[in-house]
Amino acid sequence: MKQFLIFVKKECLHIWRDRRTLVILIGMPIVQIILYGFALTNEVKNSRIAVFDQSKDDATRLITDRIAASRYFNLEKNLNSYKQIGESFREGIVRMVVVFPINFQDDLLHTNHAQIQLIADASDPNTANTLANYASAIVNDYQNALNNDQKLPYNIDVQLRMLYNPELKGAYNFVPGVMALVLMLICAMMTSISIVKEKEMGTMEVILVSPLKPFRIVLAKTVPYLLVSLLNIISILLLSVYALDVPIKGSIFLLMAESTLFTITSLSLGILISNFSRTQQSAMFTSMMSLFLPTLLFSGFLFPIENMPKALQIISNIVPAKWYYIIVKAVMIKGLGITAIWKETLILMGMTLLLLGISIRNFKIRLA
Amino acid sequence: MAVTVQDLVKNYTVKKKTIEALKGISFSVEKGEIFGIIGPDGAGKTSLFRILTTLLEPDGGSATVDGCSVKDEYLQIRQRVGYMPGKFSLYQDLTVQENLEFFAAIFNVSIADNYEYIKEIYEQIAPFKDRKAGQLSGGMKQKLALCCALIHKPTVLFLDEPTTGVDAVSRKEFWEMLHRLKTQGITILVSTPYMDEAGLCDRVGLIQKGAFLSIETPQSIIRDFKKTLWSVRADDMYRLMETILKSPLINSCYPFGQYHHVTFKDDTKKQSDLEAIVAPGNFKDVEIAAIQPNIEDCFMALMTE
Repeated sequence: MKQFLIFVKKECLHIWRDRRTLVILIGMPIVQIILYGFALTNEVKNSRIAVFDQSKDDATRLITDRIAASRYFNLEKNLNSYKQIGESFREGIVRMVVVFPINFQDDLLHTNHAQIQLIADASDPNTANTLANYASAIVNDYQNALNNDQKLPYNIDVQLRMLYNPELKGAYNFVPGVMALVLMLICAMMTSISIVKEKEMGTMEVILVSPLKPFRIVLAKTVPYLLVSLLNIISILLLSVYALDVPIKGSIFLLMAESTLFTITSLSLGILISNFSRTQQSAMFTSMMSLFLPTLLFSGFLFPIENMPKALQIISNIVPAKWYYIIVKAVMIKGLGITAIWKETLILMGMTLLLLGISIRNFKIRLA
Repeated sequence: MAVTVQDLVKNYTVKKKTIEALKGISFSVEKGEIFGIIGPDGAGKTSLFRILTTLLEPDGGSATVDGCSVKDEYLQIRQRVGYMPGKFSLYQDLTVQENLEFFAAIFNVSIADNYEYIKEIYEQIAPFKDRKAGQLSGGMKQKLALCCALIHKPTVLFLDEPTTGVDAVSRKEFWEMLHRLKTQGITILVSTPYMDEAGLCDRVGLIQKGAFLSIETPQSIIRDFKKTLWSVRADDMYRLMETILKSPLINSCYPFGQYHHVTFKDDTKKQSDLEAIVAPGNFKDVEIAAIQPNIEDCFMALMTE
């Protein structure tokens, strides 16, 4: 144990002495939070929606058909009660629910005025906004067609409700994304580089010829980065609560626990990369290409996954950041508990165990 | 025996071509001996050291260090040996003191317990103990590396080219330190490309292209040099060599500092024969003398055999 601790201490000294890297490690999340503030807008296709039709008349059926026929939406299910609306959002089945009130057609034909409510999951504000706009446009089309030979115009009032993120803040979207990105980068890239650095500098040669168990060496190297990562999570959360007004709706404890889990996933990835890299540059490029880009593309944080071709959607499942992103959004933005995210948590745990297993198996107890 | 090596083979595959780094070498080192492995770059010295320190697995043959097999008992070996790689391999961003503490801790010893052991060497770098290792001079780096390799009282010490890139004074000091360590009963295997250091070892193995040319005490290697060696100098050394090599009577001619060392194919030839070979060149200040061969002459001779 003493060996292990002195190793951790040594590793902390490396990080502390390399001030430039330290500044990057601590400063990167802050810069990214600010950078990704300018989130991108994207076209949304095939979003899953549900309809809660309390009227079930010709008009509502026609509007529902038009919405379902559009390429933007996939009608996932019909709901029967208000309670089901909340449930389907929590389960993450749908992104938007269309609610028709009772007597929709009667109201429309007799008073020339009716209402439709659109409830959207605004934890991803860009998508929510886009979906609401598409749906409103379809309702408008229907209304115009109806008004063609009418003197007194019919008027359908579309009411929007943005769930979870009423102000449509982009921050709600990118804070979880930046968390995934930063943890991935710091843990995986920095650990792989620091392990490979020992190989490159020749110090691995010396410490391998010591009674230290080889895998302990690697574990000891990861501990300081685990600490730096937790520090980063805290700084991101503080920034988002106090500077960006993104509240933490769920349990902080759960959020930290899930983040620690994801950190360990990334650390194991870093160890794995270090097993196959000989130079610091190659470790860096491997991390960049195999972790940073997929995290950016496939976590769902910049580009909605449901818009991607099927093949890419399948690939996105093996990107750990995707699952972490879902978890953070659920806990932090939607305020959900472990019951809502146990599946994602299990997937992450499984990935971590697998990655750790592979990297332990592949760890070289000799030089070649 | 501190180290035994039997038919050791090591191959590397580079671009689908197999390179034989060690071609089945055998030797043994006795306890408390300073064994020098001398040969040019690429002779297989580092491969041999890495196999003996369990960093590489041999492709054939067997080796033991302090009675433990390098293949199966590598964990035991790692507890007992000290290793100093050819490249300076300490943490450049840690101070002298921190490096030493780190290496003591990973070997589960405290500096205080074993201080006596490294005292003589450490005292020389102690004034710089708060300086980062990367900022030390070459000689001081070597001393620190030696301290770190010795802090756990190894039974066998492996030093891979410890004096490469170190100035002449520090080299001399370094060898004096090795001789003091020897008196404490440590077995030392040291490799070097410098022939002049061979004489400082108890026994030397001359290695070339993965095979030993000879394993002897330095004295008997020199004794085995059968031919008469002539040293020649003149005003134009380059033309002198050309002139000598043109003669069909000459076996070898190598430049050594200010002299050329020359042997005849037929060892019955005399100084007058050499003078006759040189004469047509009209050199000035010609000096010719029969000399005692040194290790390097022997190595050159063994290489061409």
